[in-house]
Amino acid sequence: MKAIEAREVVLSFGETPALRGASISVAPGEIVAVMGPSGSGKSTLLHCLAGILVPDSGEVHFDGRRIDTLSENQRSLLRRDEFGFVFQFGQLVPELTAEENVALPLLLGGVKRAAALREARPWFERLGLAGLERRRSGELSGGQAQRVALARGLVARPGALFADEPTGALDTLTGEQVMDLLVASAREQGTTVVLVTHEARVAAYADRQVIVRDGKVNALVHS
Amino acid sequence: MTLLGLLEREPSHGYDLKRHYDTFFSRGKPLPFGQVYSTLGRLVRDGKIVVGEVEPGEGPERKRYVITERGATEVESWLTEPVEAEPNLQTVLFTKVVLALMLGRPAEEYLDLQRAAHLRRMKELTELRRGGDLVDALLADHGLFHLEADLHWIDTTVARLDALRKAVRK
Repeated sequence: MKAIEAREVVLSFGETPALRGASISVAPGEIVAVMGPSGSGKSTLLHCLAGILVPDSGEVHFDGRRIDTLSENQRSLLRRDEFGFVFQFGQLVPELTAEENVALPLLLGGVKRAAALREARPWFERLGLAGLERRRSGELSGGQAQRVALARGLVARPGALFADEPTGALDTLTGEQVMDLLVASAREQGTTVVLVTHEARVAAYADRQVIVRDGKVNALVHS
Repeated sequence: MTLLGLLEREPSHGYDLKRHYDTFFSRGKPLPFGQVYSTLGRLVRDGKIVVGEVEPGEGPERKRYVITERGATEVESWLTEPVEAEPNLQTVLFTKVVLALMLGRPAEEYLDLQRAAHLRRMKELTELRRGGDLVDALLADHGLFHLEADLHWIDTTVARLDALRKAVRK
């Protein structure tokens, strides 16, 4: 299980500051929800933690290794090999079948097609998607597509899963089903999870919640 | 009313009623036997239930209670009557915020503490929902939606604190 940490991360988009010294530490195997109002910087923080964006200053560490100083190519490899992603709108590749979408991270990592599909298929049973393996994303409901996206995010057994509003496009019951599966699967694999959400019901699934406000991370202090 | 409703389902002994009540409604606070029998006594007195067949033996357990037409009518009208909406659920929280602003205290910190307490409770309820049966889930959802509504109010209030501060200090 692997830890994630940001130290005093600062990042501006042009003249607009998004993060103003954000620090967060996620323990190995922990599920942390990052909450906050729109425009608070919570998605930007997730992108920095996941090596998608590079901060102007500050440090980002994953599994004891500093990642913000890596080259674009090295970060790309890190994301491919160590990180899984789930976004608000599944973002499945429409030309591929559901099972090919799930197998995608393995295929990109050089696993042979037959072996990758063999790895992908058990996820359909596990996530209640049996029988939908050959469907394309247009033939899936929102909840089904998001579960396929979740399987894709976890199939390569990543050290960390980054989920940005994973239930944002789903109704309450479907969203809860996705969250139940996300939490259960991540726990089973020992995957560390950073979950960005503005929904308290979704955040309540996490071990811990933090709030991003004005580009800084506030831990919730219990009285 | 709950015991009366359970009796509409089937005539029961006091012990069975308590057991059914505890299974579905008590949420870890078992109904005391004394309360079961005092309620049944009141319902008999008011003609909403009657004592049916009395089994041979000693003690209250030999009595089987049966709902009457009057009792069934009362259950029906109770079920169909909408529950009064409670517009001022968070009067304490509202008062705390306004007073904190009037006194120049850090209302945002207090609201953050409240948010943390709410989220902690939501986490407990989420665990109840995930680990329990459908009845547990239904109860947990009720709590979760109410806490979520409070959190929306807290978020909106935090976003408006500066304007509120000016308004209450006039």
